[in-house]
Amino acid sequence: MALIERPATRDGGLVPAVVTPSSSYGVFRRPVETKGWKSWLFTIDHKKLGIMYGVTAIFFFFLGGFEALLIRAQLATNEGTILSADKYNQMFTMHATTMVFLFVMPMAAAFANYFVPLQIGARDVAFPRINAFGFWCFLFGAIFINTSWFLGGAADGGWFMYAPNSSVPFSPTSGIDFWTLGLQITGIASLTGAINLIVTVINMRAPGMSLMKMPIFTWMILIVQFLLLFAIPVITVALFLLMFQRNFDATFFSVEAGADPLLWQHLFWIFGHPEVYILILPSFGIVSEVLPVFSKKPLFGYPLVVFSGAAIGFVGWGVWAHHMFASGLGPISVAVFSVATMAIAIPTGVKIVNWIMTMWGGKLVFTTAMLFAIGLIVQFTIGGLSGVTHAVAPSDTQQTDTYYIVAHFHYVLFGGAVLGIFSGLYYWWPKMFGKLLNETLGKWNFWLMIIGMNLTFGPMHIIGLQGQPRRMYQTTDARAGEGFFNLNFWNLVASIGSLILGIGAFLFVINVFYSHRKNGPAPLDPWDARSLEWMTASPPKEHNFDAIPTVHHLDEFFHRKYEDRGEGEHHEYHQVATAEDVLAEQEANADKHIHLPSPSYWPIVLAFGLPVMAYGVIYNIWLIVVGGAIVMAAMYGWGLEPATATPDDYDPPTPEGGAELEVAHG
Amino acid sequence: MATDTQPATHSDAAHDDAHEEHWSDLSYIKLAIALALVTALEIAMSYTIGFWGPLFIPVLLLLMVVKFMAVVLFFMHLKFDNRLFSIMFYMGLILAIVVYFIALLTFRFFDA
Amino acid sequence: MADTAVHAATDHGHDDHGTHHTTTGLSNNKLAMWLFLGSECLLFGGLISTYMLYRGRHSENLGPDQLWDIPFTSASSFVLLMSSLTMVLAVTAAKRRDDRNTSLWLTVTAMLGALFVAGQIYEFTVFYREGLGFTTSLFSSSFYTLTGFHGVHVTVGVIMLLSVVGILMKRRTGEDKSELVEMVGLYWHFVDIVWILIFTLVYLIPA
Repeated sequence: MALIERPATRDGGLVPAVVTPSSSYGVFRRPVETKGWKSWLFTIDHKKLGIMYGVTAIFFFFLGGFEALLIRAQLATNEGTILSADKYNQMFTMHATTMVFLFVMPMAAAFANYFVPLQIGARDVAFPRINAFGFWCFLFGAIFINTSWFLGGAADGGWFMYAPNSSVPFSPTSGIDFWTLGLQITGIASLTGAINLIVTVINMRAPGMSLMKMPIFTWMILIVQFLLLFAIPVITVALFLLMFQRNFDATFFSVEAGADPLLWQHLFWIFGHPEVYILILPSFGIVSEVLPVFSKKPLFGYPLVVFSGAAIGFVGWGVWAHHMFASGLGPISVAVFSVATMAIAIPTGVKIVNWIMTMWGGKLVFTTAMLFAIGLIVQFTIGGLSGVTHAVAPSDTQQTDTYYIVAHFHYVLFGGAVLGIFSGLYYWWPKMFGKLLNETLGKWNFWLMIIGMNLTFGPMHIIGLQGQPRRMYQTTDARAGEGFFNLNFWNLVASIGSLILGIGAFLFVINVFYSHRKNGPAPLDPWDARSLEWMTASPPKEHNFDAIPTVHHLDEFFHRKYEDRGEGEHHEYHQVATAEDVLAEQEANADKHIHLPSPSYWPIVLAFGLPVMAYGVIYNIWLIVVGGAIVMAAMYGWGLEPATATPDDYDPPTPEGGAELEVAHG
Repeated sequence: MATDTQPATHSDAAHDDAHEEHWSDLSYIKLAIALALVTALEIAMSYTIGFWGPLFIPVLLLLMVVKFMAVVLFFMHLKFDNRLFSIMFYMGLILAIVVYFIALLTFRFFDA
Repeated sequence: MADTAVHAATDHGHDDHGTHHTTTGLSNNKLAMWLFLGSECLLFGGLISTYMLYRGRHSENLGPDQLWDIPFTSASSFVLLMSSLTMVLAVTAAKRRDDRNTSLWLTVTAMLGALFVAGQIYEFTVFYREGLGFTTSLFSSSFYTLTGFHGVHVTVGVIMLLSVVGILMKRRTGEDKSELVEMVGLYWHFVDIVWILIFTLVYLIPA
């Protein structure tokens, strides 16, 4: 996003300048391209990074989906032979790892990166280079984990990697080492991203935007970043201990050495339970944006939605042991965690009530985005209810490690997080790419996914309560049972459902290509939206806003378009301006000087050093030294590089240097 | 979280922050001497466990907290700085204490 | 983890426009540093808890009671504690834009830090000679992990301190670098308070 373009021309366009080597690199030039692959590789623009996060995440969504389809194909018939027991273990481990760490989390990061600065009226995040560094950490970490498929087999201990299955005798391949080290690297992405976004939201809001005038999506993202900030170090400890155990012969989780294997479970779930809210809250934020827009009403009980989100995040720290009810914690611990877990249903219920009340009496418009949002409310509620049955410890003891659990978390994660993400994709696509997605294909996309997911995960309640354990690679006819509860029948239904689900999800990709070929430019404000991100061009300019808006209301954009002519408590909104009008006014009052940071080589170089070090841990200690040298060199390069390009990065040199952008108008 | 100062006024607030309550170098040195004395007391205690009896661990922990907070509040300037910094740090600190305390409780760590 | 600290710290040096435009009027860099330190509490909390859980799990003659050399550890604790003082003096000098004294105190702090690390390496070698390897017992693994993590943090801090000295020497005098120094200072004090915890919980309280 090197804004080296100058001087400004008469029509407000920008002319790129020729670039010369910068003194800060000696023989190298500072990357200042605005077009081509270099402009992506070295970008620090939050919008480009958001798109890169999104594209990568969706790729991993389909990879993880493919793994899931293999699992279902294996279980479609009894005595399935598609996967060996070993491959099956790798498949379910990597399916979960991919979906949790490489799809839902980065997808939330994609939306957060792209829309949080826009929603708060900022030109970028607080630390653009750290933002780029985070993305590359995620990408390299993700690739690193997946290279294990070709290097002796992937991790096979299940996504929560309990001891003793995670120890070398039970998993002699390097799969778990890849998993451990790879998650450390993606963890760095999450931690730096969390710090970055929190500072951004706290410090970079447009004038007038108090915390309670912040769009609800930004609020949910803020809460999620706090959860990440405090949860990531816990998994970091756990992963380090596991790494020391596997690679350096420590015995932190070996019972035979006198260790407490529950230590891993505690550390993992102290991270893991906040993690599930890290997965779901961004989607809650998305539907809280989508529902009001397509109900033509403000969000019902905005403060309640905010505080219930914060309450979920807070209480989410006190419930981790409900994953361990069957581990012999003792009656007092179980009772306390059981009650705390039930308590979480309250703020969640508050949110659902608020969403329904938002729709109540509204002029509902059933676009695809809206359908996905409503889908979330329905499907998540089902998952939430089965969740309450796990909170009851005696019934949980029956359900632990059965398919009933699998049914529950797919209803909340697929029916919650994933449907929310799709809602966001359909809602924000025209903003990100300037093209609407096709609605007919979108509705097929939605309905096939809904039918598919209910066919897949619905029967799992039955399968689970009938006693089929999760992670069993073959079912046998002898134990299948009879009549309505025949496990083979329901397994087949689930497998057929997963195929429908897969086709439904893939329709999204088809829709993207179809829409980008067929559709013309999208209208500026296709949904009659309410929040600040829509007060920009589609796609937004590199500097987001011509003039940083001053915020007076929650739903600022709506209030700029509509005027309240009602009296007292009675509101009557009349449209007084279109989005084009609002934008034109902004352009007319454009800020004279716009400061944008310049691109940099160092984030990608620094992030590249980490997997090199990680390969070193597994294969050769000298690689650690090489990777460490790259990291150190990149850190110094980074530290000594000015945030904005210096005058000699430009040709002819600028008087002051930096990415000073003159926007001409008139 | 009540920190919604408007940009129009905040710059002044920031400057006030920077200039208020500046400790002189001398007072920092005094504090450091005090911390060194507390450390000396701790070490002395560890050689006279018998004398302290059941008070040994509580007093030792108390002295640890005193030292910890002295560094946080004065050396790290948290006492004079914006409340937001305190919120950020104490949130992590308290969360860590509570969560790990509970985890150790479930291991019956404190039973003995 | 240590990576982040360096970035947060170094990013500042060049962001001359940082503090003027923020919503709260607070510096982005400082806010980021405090968030990072809040996060670090959970990292060290986990390591300390692991040690506490496992500290009694060792063979009869290779436990804390046999190994700890309290006078030596007290001396190195004192060194680290005093480095916090010199760090503060560097920060106040930087606020006065007194580059000479800033560099001086930063260098002293770095040397005290290096002395501490050297002491730790010495201590580790002694323990190793007495038979306490990393994998000898759960106690030894968790002890080396905890103190090793702290040692790495101190080492990173020393590198940061020396880098700041380098930056100060390279830049024009009188330029305001106080925030950069302050950020490194925050990190440094944090490393110190973690040691305050470790000193009491690991060394002074008998297992």
